[in-house]
Amino acid sequence: MAQRAVSINPRWPGALSGALVLMLTLGTLAAVALRADWQSGIQAADWAAIRFTVVQAIVSAFVSVLCAIPVARALARRRFRGRGLLITLLGAPFLLPVVVAIVGLLAVFGRSGILNVFITTLGFDPIAIYGFHGVVLAHVFFNLPLAVRFILQGWLSIPAERFRLAASLGMPIGRFLEIPMLRSVVPSTFLVIFLICLTSFAVALTLGGGPKTTTVELAIYQALRFDFDLGRAALLACIQFGLCVIAALLAWKFTVHIGMGTGFDRTVARWDLDRPFIDYLWIALAAAFLLVPLGMIIVRGLPGLLVMPGTVWIAALRSIAVAIGSATLCCTMSVALALWGRKWANIIGVLPLAASGLVVGTGAFLIVFPFVAPSAVALPITVLVNATLALPFVMRAIGPAIAAVQDDYGQLGASVGLSGWAWLRIVVLPRIRRPLGFGAGLSAALSMGDLGVITLFAGKSEETLPLAMYRLMGAYRMDAAAGAAVLLLGLSFMIFYLCDTGGRRDADV
Amino acid sequence: MQKPIYLPVVAGLAICATGALAETPVLQVLTYDSFVSEWGPGPAVEAAFEAECACDLEFVGSSDGAALLARLQLEGPRTEFDVVLGLDTNLTAAARETGLFAPHGVTADLDLPIEWTDPDFLPFDWGYFAFVGNADATSASSLRDLADSDLKIVIQDPRSSTPGLGLLMWVKDAYPEEAADLWATLADNIVTVTPGWSEAYGMFLDGEADAVLSYTTSPAYHLIAEEDASKVAWSFDEGHYMQVEVAGKVASTDQSDLADQFLAFMVSDGFQSVIPTTNWMYPAVIPEAGLPEGFETLMTPTASLLKSPEDAAAIRDEALEEWRNALSQ
Repeated sequence: MAQRAVSINPRWPGALSGALVLMLTLGTLAAVALRADWQSGIQAADWAAIRFTVVQAIVSAFVSVLCAIPVARALARRRFRGRGLLITLLGAPFLLPVVVAIVGLLAVFGRSGILNVFITTLGFDPIAIYGFHGVVLAHVFFNLPLAVRFILQGWLSIPAERFRLAASLGMPIGRFLEIPMLRSVVPSTFLVIFLICLTSFAVALTLGGGPKTTTVELAIYQALRFDFDLGRAALLACIQFGLCVIAALLAWKFTVHIGMGTGFDRTVARWDLDRPFIDYLWIALAAAFLLVPLGMIIVRGLPGLLVMPGTVWIAALRSIAVAIGSATLCCTMSVALALWGRKWANIIGVLPLAASGLVVGTGAFLIVFPFVAPSAVALPITVLVNATLALPFVMRAIGPAIAAVQDDYGQLGASVGLSGWAWLRIVVLPRIRRPLGFGAGLSAALSMGDLGVITLFAGKSEETLPLAMYRLMGAYRMDAAAGAAVLLLGLSFMIFYLCDTGGRRDADV
Repeated sequence: MQKPIYLPVVAGLAICATGALAETPVLQVLTYDSFVSEWGPGPAVEAAFEAECACDLEFVGSSDGAALLARLQLEGPRTEFDVVLGLDTNLTAAARETGLFAPHGVTADLDLPIEWTDPDFLPFDWGYFAFVGNADATSASSLRDLADSDLKIVIQDPRSSTPGLGLLMWVKDAYPEEAADLWATLADNIVTVTPGWSEAYGMFLDGEADAVLSYTTSPAYHLIAEEDASKVAWSFDEGHYMQVEVAGKVASTDQSDLADQFLAFMVSDGFQSVIPTTNWMYPAVIPEAGLPEGFETLMTPTASLLKSPEDAAAIRDEALEEWRNALSQ
């Protein structure tokens, strides 16, 4: 099949995208390694950090996926008013910058958060969020939305005809449709979340409560910023990539590919909708867990909107431009990569997840610096890096859809002589519109909230919204910063919503 | 593969950059982010210096103090920067070792609680680390007292934050032999450790802890900018560790005279009078008009602690190890 798909499409867009991703992930790492004078290797404390990082990432990914399955199932089975909006809203925590999300979580689960206020008025001892469980809780808060969306997509990808067939034959849907679907979707979802948690830094430290919960990314930060030990940073980044490759191979080993076949894109009608109470309970629990902290961020930040300096709005415009730029680039690269060839595309497609943002930024700095003042290219570099870092999510969203199009329509397309741009425009794009809209929204919103590479490059006039927010915090202006956080949350969500619903327009979801 | 994509961009930008090079010399100063922000000292300092130098002063912000040195080391001798402003004495030994700095050559009458003799780095402001809490609440009277109490604090990680590193030095300086023991007793007081100052300070304001590691001058911000007298710095019997923020002249500068002029300006009124209510620290030289109203209410420590840059660098790894072991139990 792959052979035929390749013959339909030119190779160069995929190859170019792949090269760009490799350049920004492994290339930046090489740039850092080449500059290192290798004064020290991995230290004893680093091994403890590596151990903790892997363990928390496994637990976080496991819990996220485990909770996501019933929520996604409930959302796939039920139809109710505002369902579409709720699905989009549930995605919001994933789009938040870490600093903002921590504020929201602490407002609910912190020492003086609403949960503890409630518990202590009932006469019980307050609960402490800080510790291993706090790290997992925060990572689930971030990643449950992603897991729900990916798994929900799996459910929605089962054609209506299969449900009809199952119903008419009296076959159990769980065993014949849902479990095979999960076996194809869950491993890659687990992999993505595992890798996100692998590069966690501020969440793990802040909610972990101390140096016990040091992650590899913090060790990299320390090596780069405090010790200027580029060699150690490069080694640690290599370990992150190594873990990524092992995890990816394991995930693929456990993935079972299924062909659900094509349908006529009919609305799914279900005949097995017993026990609505349990479904709605899961939806309510997930909504409460994900939306209450968001609500707290908004409640706390609204007054701050009024005291925000005007420059924050300009920074916001800049961020929107960066978001649109990197979403466009990211989607183009992802489509090119996904059409290129599956095996290579898959490996390249997850690589950025294991990349340390700091190493990417530092490497890009080293590559750019000899040619041009870093602040002059701050925004283009940010667009490029953000597009690359969001690529795994878009790839994950559109990859299966594109593979399905190639499987299902490749022969038909070839037989009528469709190729290149026409094939893409007439057959592929309309059929991947839903995941592509989701991917575009995701990459735009992630780029909007990113505070990684920009801090290394930006001067005064390249300030983005997250950077403006962070600078407000650094200047004691916590109220204004909370206002900026609400603006950031609002804009990220809006841009995500527009792309996501744009992709679903007149699709029957 | 990347070159074809960005070479035209690079070329275009290079052309723009050359076009912008007018007759006026440009002094490029690398500093931390909050210095250049519109609430920081940057804009006022820039205006004041440009009024007398016939030059263009350009501040470039790069996250925090620790990042400055890393940035300069990344750029190496090819750097375009003429002055680096915002290192502290925990970093100056490492900075000196890079060989990227030249002596500042300024003789100034500094108002620091300690004697200043460093030939390479010149202070522009300073402050005392302190735990900042609420005025109407229980407080601690010493590090030891804090460790023995039930009070909850938020601190910063010494591996990623300069105040965090300051506390590490504070404990080590006050308890050279028993630092590990003190950290072990402090462990149950520490709610959490944050990557940077902002997160910790925000958590304290949100009620997550009784106090946060910050500066004795922090209450001045609330008093002067927000007319809120509810925040106080706790006075500790052991004395308070200082942070002295310094600037250095980059050895490879192509604007040597202008850099000298800037460093001399840095300890003059035009620069120093801006510091207290923008950087919320003590100016290195008290301005002619004195300190702003409100600063007289601040707590003055009984003793000022500060290790020499060389000592600070020498004990850092050991102190870090003690900290990590004690808090990892």
